[in-house]
Amino acid sequence: MAIIDIKNVKKIYNDNDVPVHAVNGVNLSFEKGEFAAIVGPSGSGKTTLLNLLGGLDNVTEGDIIVNGTNVNELKGSKLINFRLMNIGFVFQAYNLIPVLTARENVEFIMELQKRSSQERKSRSEALLKAVGLADRMNSRPSKLSGGQQQRVAVARALAPKPMFILADEPTANLDSASTENLLDIMERLNSEEQITFIFSTHDSRVVKKARRVITFEDGKVLSDETK
Amino acid sequence: MIWFVAWRNIWRNRTRSLIIMSAIVIGIFAGTFSAAVLKGMMEQRVQNVINLELSHIQIHNPEYLEIKEMHEYLKNVPEIASKLDTLSGVAAYSERVIVNSMIASAESGAGVQLFGIDPTKEKQVTTLHEQIVEGDYFADARRKSIVLGRKLAEKLNVKIGSRPVLTFQSIDGVLVYESFKVVGIYETVNSTYDEMHAFVLKSDLLSITHIDDNAAHEIAILLKNNDLTKPVKKKLIAAFPSSDIQSWTDLSPEMSVVTKGMEFSMYIFIGIILLALLFSIINTMLMVVLERTKEIGMLMSVGMSRLRVFFMILLESVYLSGFAGVIGIAIGYGTSMLTARSGIDLSGLYGQGLRSFGYDPVMYPDITPEMALHITIMVLITGIIASIVPARRALKLKPAEAIRTDM
Repeated sequence: MAIIDIKNVKKIYNDNDVPVHAVNGVNLSFEKGEFAAIVGPSGSGKTTLLNLLGGLDNVTEGDIIVNGTNVNELKGSKLINFRLMNIGFVFQAYNLIPVLTARENVEFIMELQKRSSQERKSRSEALLKAVGLADRMNSRPSKLSGGQQQRVAVARALAPKPMFILADEPTANLDSASTENLLDIMERLNSEEQITFIFSTHDSRVVKKARRVITFEDGKVLSDETK
Repeated sequence: MIWFVAWRNIWRNRTRSLIIMSAIVIGIFAGTFSAAVLKGMMEQRVQNVINLELSHIQIHNPEYLEIKEMHEYLKNVPEIASKLDTLSGVAAYSERVIVNSMIASAESGAGVQLFGIDPTKEKQVTTLHEQIVEGDYFADARRKSIVLGRKLAEKLNVKIGSRPVLTFQSIDGVLVYESFKVVGIYETVNSTYDEMHAFVLKSDLLSITHIDDNAAHEIAILLKNNDLTKPVKKKLIAAFPSSDIQSWTDLSPEMSVVTKGMEFSMYIFIGIILLALLFSIINTMLMVVLERTKEIGMLMSVGMSRLRVFFMILLESVYLSGFAGVIGIAIGYGTSMLTARSGIDLSGLYGQGLRSFGYDPVMYPDITPEMALHITIMVLITGIIASIVPARRALKLKPAEAIRTDM
């Protein structure tokens, strides 16, 4: 059963009164536990689609249904709460809170969910162990390498037990070894926690690992292949 | 967690935070200390007025204050005295006979208000005997002795032992000339007072003016503390409805207004300092929001509500201003307490000017925990106000755009 249904979604920006079809009539659906990559050249609409999926931007037309909820109909605090409870985000530039340690970064999002301190502590420890950072839990982001920071970001994205994780170019700033390491971790967590991962990427190594590859061009789905 | 995230956030750019905090510390210290000095000045002035000039309560014949005529004296002094002897809250009282007089030496003359007093009783009501700088305060109660202020003595060019001539009317309307021997010269913090008031024995004045032996124009009452003024006044009015009974604030309404006005202006002064600091804090917080656009976008993306973002920025602003403000208040409080013991001597700078307005040139700052609390609240309110513009700016950010900002 599909947890995400994208129905004829269009996103049109007005660039100096010239309409730009960033996403142009996309129909897609994602099942629970998928490990999917959206690929395509710059400006093809990958990131826009991820923003629409994450409720960070509004569709111009069409519907995005997540587990029976039409994301477009959610506004204000309902939308924020929906994101908090259902979606994990991994960003290209890690975007950790620099004044918090790795553990605190992971715990922070669970505190937003009002989880108990005991649960926050145990889950953050477990997740940081799972991403191989058991010995760096109390380090601040500035003391971690790029790869380590992105692993903390993955742990943070998983912490709220989301329905799916949206990862926008997660390996763009990483070297090969870190990328391989990160992808292995995400693949393992995907199968262990049965959380859907959706990447937007240029990276062939991500494409190689993905079990489903959706190719975008000019805001449209060019191909959708499951391995 | 948001509380300590906000706390750690203010230390991200340590130099910038320390600069703005230093400005707040200096501003608040200056405001607190100045307020304490002003309050001290006013307290001293009030104390001077009470202890030297007016006491807490005065009783007169109702006509006396209107026309200041010698024959408008209190006719029921023994009755009032016996009530005052038993009335709780009364520390001491003194009956005075007051005559407007001319005083002349071989060189000069001046108008003066002549007070006929009982030195033993007067000592318990006023501190004039402590202000004697030459001679004594009716030490041997010799007849026809006079104690006058230094400024008047200088004006008349009289010294201890001199015999200036006093001219005044007796109650019969006869002009009387009497020479009095200067036995003491006093100097208070109020040079105008010193120039206008001279003291003789009440018995002398009564006998020269032929006023009734039990008469007094004024009964000055010193209470155990200022808070008792209203209740004691009320009791006295009830007991002697035909007498004119007034508190020091009634007798010197300008003093009361100045005291209250000074208190208000103290807070206005601190408010102006805080207003100036407000813009600096807003500027700093706007920089903070600008620099953290990406991070705020991330926080909003992952599910941090706008209210929490607002609260986080508000907390940072309040921490920044509150922490520095409390340090400023603590330094101001400490400095005020230290100088309250030793006093700040401005005699060399503005001594004469201050004395002519009735202020002591040695100032003793006065600060209360209540004042410090009010200033703290003002600082915190400033912190809250300062956060509104930056927080609104943060709330206007669109997460998807903010997260892509390059800062």
